Amino acid sequence: MVMHMKPCLREHIPSKLSELPEAPAYEAGYLVTKNAGWRSVRPVIDREKCVGCLQCYLYCPDGVIYRKDGKVAVDYDFCKGCGICRKICKLGAIKMEEER
Amino acid sequence: MARKFLSGNEAFAEGIRLSKPQVISAYPITPQTIVVEKLSEMVENGSLKAEFIHVESEHSALSCAMGASAVGARAFTATSSQGLLYMAECLTYAAGGRFPIVMMNANRSTALPWNIYGDQRDSLSQLDCGWIQVYAKDAQEALDLALMSYYVAEHREVSTPFMVNLDGFVLTHTYETVDVPTEEQANRFLPAFESDHKLDLDHPCNLAFSAGPEHNSAFKYKEHVGILKAKGVVAQAEEKFAEIFGREYTGLTENYRIKDAEYVLVTLGSIFGLAKETVDRLRERGQKAGLIRIRYMRPFPAEEIAEAVRNAKAVAVLEKDISFGYEGTVYTNVNSALQKAGISLPTVNFIGGLGGKNISGEDIEEIFEELKEGYRGVKFMGIGGDGQWRR
Repeated sequence: MVMHMKPCLREHIPSKLSELPEAPAYEAGYLVTKNAGWRSVRPVIDREKCVGCLQCYLYCPDGVIYRKDGKVAVDYDFCKGCGICRKICKLGAIKMEEER
Repeated sequence: MARKFLSGNEAFAEGIRLSKPQVISAYPITPQTIVVEKLSEMVENGSLKAEFIHVESEHSALSCAMGASAVGARAFTATSSQGLLYMAECLTYAAGGRFPIVMMNANRSTALPWNIYGDQRDSLSQLDCGWIQVYAKDAQEALDLALMSYYVAEHREVSTPFMVNLDGFVLTHTYETVDVPTEEQANRFLPAFESDHKLDLDHPCNLAFSAGPEHNSAFKYKEHVGILKAKGVVAQAEEKFAEIFGREYTGLTENYRIKDAEYVLVTLGSIFGLAKETVDRLRERGQKAGLIRIRYMRPFPAEEIAEAVRNAKAVAVLEKDISFGYEGTVYTNVNSALQKAGISLPTVNFIGGLGGKNISGEDIEEIFEELKEGYRGVKFMGIGGDGQWRR
């Protein structure tokens, strides 16, 4: 099983009634609107320090951390910048940087 | 088919046994009724092969049923009164998620003052949450509705949860002789549940997602269309039901001696039997009384009611409900139906039976008598001693 890949948002977002599913159930990524507009600080992963222990993945309340090349990466389309990942990282591999 | 002496709860449990749900989740303490106790016995003795899950609240009971429905299982739960209200958050989830769960609700009063007797304020307060709502008149209809509810709810064009209401005590706890169909008949009637949208490892999808301002209205519109389509599917279900079981039902409403009726009483639930007897008595005295029983509150039988009272002189709506600060909700719905059909008759709302207060045949005679006055508005029954009426 492939573990937690970042879902790719589709370029075509349905707009007509006939293009929408009957129930809120559909292929992942289709109707998901990017939702990170209120983030004021963003977690940045230090890939030298990160050992890929996945503690941040387990604790992230929004499920935006995913595995990449044996370490982790953040899906900035959905990360709200709460900083729980920084707090949980024992290696200090995550820093919060101000959004500009 | 077997003739059995059953309470409304037991009859409904027999109907659910024949519908073969795969998951039953329920909170078994007050105000729950006997229906899930019977079902747990059936699971225990092997006559029903289902997972019976005891949960810690009604909120969890429906959440659990949704989880089951989301993997394509047929799910059942039951509740009553405060339990339904505690479940309220999940009602819109189930409807919006289009999970065709069936739930039995025993119509009982809501607090305060604390009261466990029957009235319809619990379910009528939840009319807007997107569930199909039907009200049974007797134990036989309750059993039959258990089977029909899954047929309608799971129909691909409907895919909407279904609440079957039984008047608390009067229907849930009293005994009648009931025809219990055979499993073979039930199997012929009810197709297996197949869901177009479920958790499926072979076809993974995003389930119960959020939809922002751009798409939310479209999903709500589809939900509305789904429940409206239940009208046609109810007719289809009843036709097939009559073929297999030999009992006929009449769609969203049931009329009695309505054809030439001048004064019409609209009501719902188990009071129908007594109202029929009263109408017979009035007819013997030469009064043209008639009766409409609303079976389905959602989808609402607006055209059916308007058509039935078109030539009447006045209409009474008797309900065990009040929307505080205005009037009974059934009355509001009936008036809206008449207004849309261009019918301007005097209509009177009789609010009675709250907290289990008895409504007698004499009370119903009195309703027909007062209807002749041409008054339009709300009357509250049972507040000044027997036989007293106040406006």
